[in-house]
Amino acid sequence: MKKRGRSLTFSLTFMFLFAVILAGCGGNNAATTNTAATKAPAANTGNDGEAPVATEPAAEKPTVAFVYIGPPGDGGYTYQHDQGRLYMEKELGIQADFVENVPESADAERIITELAQTHDIVFTTSFGYMDFTLNVAGKFPNVKFLHASGYKTAENMGTYFGKNYEASYLSGIAAGKMTKNNQLGYVGAFPISEVIYNLNAFALGAQSVNPEAKVSVVWTNTWYDPATERQAAISLLDKGADVLLAYQDSPATLQAAAERGAFAGGNDSDMSKYAPDHYLTNPVWNWGPYYVKAVQSVMDGTWKSEQYSGDMKDGMVELAPFGNKVPDEVKQLVEEAKAKIISGELNVFTGPVSDNQGNVKIQDGQKLTLEEVLGMNWLVNGVEGTIPQ
Amino acid sequence: MDFTTQLLIAAISAGTPLLLATLGGILNERAGIIQLGADGLMLMGAVTTCIVYLRTGNLWLALLATVAVTAVFGLLHSFLCVTLRANQTMSGLAMTLFGSGLSAYLGKPVSGIPLPGTSPKLHLPWLEPIPVLGPIFGRMDYLTWLSLLLVLVLHLLIHRTSWGLHLRAVGDNPATADVMGIRVQLIRYSYVIAGAALIGLAGADMVLAYAPTWNEGLTAGRGWIAVGLVIFARWNPLRALFCACFFGALDSLGFRIQLLGSTVPPYFLKMIPYIVTILVLMYLGYRNRNKPSGTPEALGVPYIREQRF
Repeated sequence: MKKRGRSLTFSLTFMFLFAVILAGCGGNNAATTNTAATKAPAANTGNDGEAPVATEPAAEKPTVAFVYIGPPGDGGYTYQHDQGRLYMEKELGIQADFVENVPESADAERIITELAQTHDIVFTTSFGYMDFTLNVAGKFPNVKFLHASGYKTAENMGTYFGKNYEASYLSGIAAGKMTKNNQLGYVGAFPISEVIYNLNAFALGAQSVNPEAKVSVVWTNTWYDPATERQAAISLLDKGADVLLAYQDSPATLQAAAERGAFAGGNDSDMSKYAPDHYLTNPVWNWGPYYVKAVQSVMDGTWKSEQYSGDMKDGMVELAPFGNKVPDEVKQLVEEAKAKIISGELNVFTGPVSDNQGNVKIQDGQKLTLEEVLGMNWLVNGVEGTIPQ
Repeated sequence: MDFTTQLLIAAISAGTPLLLATLGGILNERAGIIQLGADGLMLMGAVTTCIVYLRTGNLWLALLATVAVTAVFGLLHSFLCVTLRANQTMSGLAMTLFGSGLSAYLGKPVSGIPLPGTSPKLHLPWLEPIPVLGPIFGRMDYLTWLSLLLVLVLHLLIHRTSWGLHLRAVGDNPATADVMGIRVQLIRYSYVIAGAALIGLAGADMVLAYAPTWNEGLTAGRGWIAVGLVIFARWNPLRALFCACFFGALDSLGFRIQLLGSTVPPYFLKMIPYIVTILVLMYLGYRNRNKPSGTPEALGVPYIREQRF
């Protein structure tokens, strides 16, 4: 009896560590793999009747598939892609398949391979699919692959993304005008270029109307974890920030700000419904027109591999409608800047800009090239925080 | 408010779902049934709260439904483990996977729709002027008050009443308990069901206090932390309170250290709770090396009448 008790303690301790490790690496994994695994065959059965299209000449209406990182109901990033898919389906009369919750691991390569066997065009919508998409593209030369936010291309693989920092800059203008104590907060997702250039654009936007504005940043290392993101937001609010912007998909930051009477915005989609009176605005993706254009060009036979970068001008990047309490004068300021961005008069990353260590990073009059922006690894002056190495 | 008070407030608010789930786990395991289904149960609790709250607009009805739905999961778990004597680890893992899958399916129609309200707070104006205590307890969620009350109630129940004696007897030595005339199966059923309902409430708290909307995988693995905390607290409600707040504090401490301008990578800060856990386990293991571990002796062992051990 006694002996069993002890070995039980050992095994329980072991299990605890195991549990802790599981939780540590994002407890979601087991569940997501599961859903993906059950979803993948479903996506295939939809095409059971068809022969593998990859070996045949493209049919009149191509078969299209999407690979999603999250569920379409995430109210954020994947939701916007799914809206784009629905728009494309309506415009072109095509029924597209999608697989949701695909982890950015070897599973992704298996799922992309399966989709490539039965589809003409595969959109892989998250950065982590880059290498897997490239591998599969090598094996299916007749299938077109389009990968969001990456930088690797092939003969039959292009990339697409947009300058969402333009909208972050506009959100910054609104935040810089709305703050009472010049303390802004940014709840950063991961310390990668994509988030860094959005954070910098937010800070530059705020400083363009309010030179005193400072932006404190915390990194959550999550894309979707409301509990963690709420803690991050509260620590910024406790520090005194009264306007926050978050880069994650959850409305946790907005809710935390609303409870303290502060203003906040989220990312990817319009989040005003969660707290209309405390909502600022934020960048929004609008993928639909691009998906229509890409699929149409494949149908016309004019498609060629490219690195497509959308912006506010072509409508891939938009700004969400303002919250109820954003004053008209602020709206007007933002609208003016928006018009200048669209006309090309205003470039977000125009010198002189120095980093928060005091080094000049953009010379007076110089503009950063898109490549320089996409590889950004420094924080602009006025951002309080560091980029973890 | 100073740094410590702010941290305490954050710790208690982050600790509430952990505490509720840990207390649920303690009830389960005190009766001798392992509970690994916490994450699935929390997700089911969260999705039920969302669906009922959105459909009826009544928070209390939503919480009631949450308790009912997760109690059904508890019933299923106890039927598998007590009556059918299935492997408790397997049954628990099945609860987790089943719960996360089912919650994702049921939650599709309400996904992303904001709830009509958030966690209601109990406002105690007479407490507010008191330093430290005022800011912490002056405006606290009802669910947090409930969890604190439960700590006390469960502590007294387990250690000071004959019901608790029966519970511990069933968890430590069901054969002896059976001989004494205690209805082992009935006790196991009721505590597993009650425990599951508490874990369901933890899920409800997550959705009400953190993000006012349902999204798939909302707990982000918090249920697994609770599974660990049950052991960390060594099946004791008072220690569970301490452990939950400790983990809650560590959760938010990382961001506060970032804001103080530290150059320690956040990846490292994120590891702190787990490193501390290992260190504390080592320390406790060393200090208590000659004492009983506190593990219910019959944990994980199905009870079969008249079977020899």
